[in-house]
Amino acid sequence: MYTNQINTRLLYPSFNYFEPTTPEETVQLLAKYGPDAVILAGGTDLLIKMKEGLIEPKTIIRVKHPSFIEKKPDGFHIGAATKLRTLEKSRAVIETFPALLEAIKLIGSVQIRYMATLGGNLCNASPAADTAPPLLVMDAEVRILGPSGERVVPLKEFFLGPGKTVLSKSEILTEIRIPPFKGKTGTAFIRLSRASMDIAKISIAVLLHLEDGGKVVSARIALGSVAPTPILANKAAEILIGKSLTKETVARAAEAVADEIRPITDIRGTAEYRKEVSHVIARDALEVARRRAKEN
Amino acid sequence: MTKIAISFTINGVRRKLEVEPNELLMNCIRDQLHLTGTKYVCGIGECGACTVLLNQEPILSCLTLAVDADHGEVVTIEGISAGKELDKVQQAFVDEGAVQCGYCIPGLIMMTESLLKENPTPTENEVRDYLRGNLCRCTGYMNVLKAITKAAAGGKGSA
Repeated sequence: MYTNQINTRLLYPSFNYFEPTTPEETVQLLAKYGPDAVILAGGTDLLIKMKEGLIEPKTIIRVKHPSFIEKKPDGFHIGAATKLRTLEKSRAVIETFPALLEAIKLIGSVQIRYMATLGGNLCNASPAADTAPPLLVMDAEVRILGPSGERVVPLKEFFLGPGKTVLSKSEILTEIRIPPFKGKTGTAFIRLSRASMDIAKISIAVLLHLEDGGKVVSARIALGSVAPTPILANKAAEILIGKSLTKETVARAAEAVADEIRPITDIRGTAEYRKEVSHVIARDALEVARRRAKEN
Repeated sequence: MTKIAISFTINGVRRKLEVEPNELLMNCIRDQLHLTGTKYVCGIGECGACTVLLNQEPILSCLTLAVDADHGEVVTIEGISAGKELDKVQQAFVDEGAVQCGYCIPGLIMMTESLLKENPTPTENEVRDYLRGNLCRCTGYMNVLKAITKAAAGGKGSA
């Protein structure tokens, strides 16, 4: 394969370009142009991969819609092509989803967030995708459109491996739904990285739903950069159910997080380091989520 | 590949051009329109030097297709001064000696224009956060910060 290690000034080789106006039209184009066609959303991952010679699509289908944030009885619906900067500025995200807001604000730079989309961050399927852990703990679902119609998939079943999702070559992601929170619910997101623009060494999101007395009704914990996909740490979360968040219980759940993850050593950190810090950030994230749940 | 006809305004001037599908907005601005104020540095979205405003939003022209400008409004570093009279951000950068080699400056100034429009009185942390995607390898960040503080204060002097 042609590998461009010298010149990132040009995008090469060229391609057929389409700019469909509806998701249905996008799916038709995908069906027609087959495996050599790719979807271009914000371009902040795709164009870099093309410049680096990692992929050479013959056809590019630019997707600018749907872009919206809507509150409905079954939760918040977000169009897959909604830009991260739009979400970051939206009252709904600021007031309702602090963990998602924290994750988005850590992604790239302001310029990147004016370009990149939520659907793009998910479909790129990086194990380090910052929006994935908060959406996983909030039990988000994604709406997928293909030639034979629509299907809805829980986000926890969406990722298959690095760069791989359940989307077939002729399907697209159209919408993300976040179900409403119950009662006293709090969320938190923590990420460790070398410098602010860097990709995560490890990230964690937590959701806690508490009774008035403070006992845990339900809990979810998700992590990024510790497995081939963003993952839920279900065993660790189960430890918390029905318990008060004493120091001991939190410590036990945090240790369980460290046991449950399967990190690798790469350029951003060692497996040992990731295991070691995972229970520290788990404890911190649980504490922030607990405080936010009490305030709600 | 077939060229694509696009029409947009750049620095207030209406232009009609034909672009290649794989032509980047940066290539179009520099090579077709000869506006060489916009700089190419990393090409992979790390440095911010190629920042321009597209529909009043700061974006990286090295990771944006030229066709994206169709029906849009592009502003580059050449478009913010009134002839030879510098705009207040440019003047503040000159006054504070914020420029060393100069290569990152067009990107920094376009980001500052955008920052001050969104938030006319930013705190120092807000400035640092907004500009964290703009790298200066002369590492002249302190004078850049002073210049932005001065521009935010209406060019009346910072300290």
